[in-house]
Amino acid sequence: MRIPCPYCGSRDASEFSYSGDATLTRPAPDSTDAMFDYVYLRDNPVGVHQEHWYHTAGCHAWVKVTRNVSTHEVIDAVLAHDEAES
Amino acid sequence: MRYSLTSLLKQTLTGHKGWTPQWRDAAPKAEYDIIIVGGGGHGLATAYYLAKEYGLKNIAVLEKSWIGSGNIGRNTTIIRSNYLLSENISLYELSLQLWEGLEQDFNYNAMVSQRGVLNLYHSDGQRDAYARRGNMMRLNGADSELLDREGVRKLYPFLNFDAARFPIQGGLLQKRGGTVRHDAVAWGYARGASDRGVDVIQNCEVTGIDIVDGRAVGVQTSRGAIRAKKIGIAVAGSSSRVAALAGMRLPIESHVLQAFVSEGLKPIIPGVITFGAGHFYISQSDKGGLVFGGDIDGYNSYAQRGNLPVVEDVCEGGMALMPAIGRARMLRNWGGLVDMSMDGSPIIDRTHVKGLYLNAGWCYGGFKATPGSGFVFAHLLAKDEPHPAANRLLLGRFRSGHIVDEKGQGAQPNLH
Repeated sequence: MRIPCPYCGSRDASEFSYSGDATLTRPAPDSTDAMFDYVYLRDNPVGVHQEHWYHTAGCHAWVKVTRNVSTHEVIDAVLAHDEAES
Repeated sequence: MRYSLTSLLKQTLTGHKGWTPQWRDAAPKAEYDIIIVGGGGHGLATAYYLAKEYGLKNIAVLEKSWIGSGNIGRNTTIIRSNYLLSENISLYELSLQLWEGLEQDFNYNAMVSQRGVLNLYHSDGQRDAYARRGNMMRLNGADSELLDREGVRKLYPFLNFDAARFPIQGGLLQKRGGTVRHDAVAWGYARGASDRGVDVIQNCEVTGIDIVDGRAVGVQTSRGAIRAKKIGIAVAGSSSRVAALAGMRLPIESHVLQAFVSEGLKPIIPGVITFGAGHFYISQSDKGGLVFGGDIDGYNSYAQRGNLPVVEDVCEGGMALMPAIGRARMLRNWGGLVDMSMDGSPIIDRTHVKGLYLNAGWCYGGFKATPGSGFVFAHLLAKDEPHPAANRLLLGRFRSGHIVDEKGQGAQPNLH
């Protein structure tokens, strides 16, 4: 599996660390229910999944990867920082 | 038909023409008292114990594919109860005790072999951690023995004791651990359940769960609607998908775990050995193949196959531990879907839907739990309350903070 890092280009997935579901947004700390949901519950979908990978052995950027978890096909990769800014 | 020396002699004398299929390939009826979704090891064991221990008859096991197609036929066949936390040891030790009597209990040769599971340590810190784990095991009724370097050398003289980077200092041995022929476990439970009236229904995928007024009343399947009074879910890597049919989101991610087997070799490895400085474990099957594995791939997957970095990592672990196997050729590798829970421990509980029960979150360690899981899940389904050996492995523990995290990794499933 190769991930097209926006800085470094196509790199082997073993250069990256995986951090899971990228659709979650950290809630305000005062809501216990929302925090429980954020920390523990996952949609865990079949098919297309958005996820965060950290380029540990590369540019140290957080990359938001869109990947098909049923086929391991990587569909898209953007910098998480850019998306957070926009 | 009961299998015995007498039945074998009788069949031998009559040309082996009287053997009958081991279980009925049943067609679904319109209604059951209990439906188990998932015809893997855990689902079949649950049905078996519901029939045997609780005398229930009107039960169906629904399997979307064929019996033995999932993780029950994909694991590395190891059984053990060498856990640290009492929440886990109580369940896995119950399971190990059931393994010890399983073949007599279900009258089937599952080749249960208590050949010992040895976890190697390579540093003072790791020795202390293993000594602690061994003490916890004995406090909770399991067996364990801490070996020094010479103790390990007596068992396995061929290991790489003087490796420059990770010299072997000793190991934690559980003699009662070992291996079991995994597909015979599926067949044995299917046969035992079927003989007691359970319908084992293959090629029957659950596509919906019918809920009326907060109560589960049946399922929609690829072979039509089936009504049920109680429904138990035991579908491993597909847990999130099936639970979503009842509107639930689970503290689970599905990952892929690979396993490997070499060409057949003459006997070299008598027991199960795990490398403590990487993630590698190995045993040898009775056919001669070295059966080994390592880490999960570490990303969400429903593909039932993994990628090459883990293959490389596992083989490196093997070479570091026992260079003698370096010229053996890897014959096959494959992957299974594991339901990684957020604390690395299983979930066996009721759900917010009345009559709907969940058995999930087994991570990469479900096989060894098969008898115990079936036993306690049957208890939960029959009595509507958790079995004492699993009464701290409940779904609500994540919200209340009573997580059961063996490794202390936090809510990061790929690190458990």
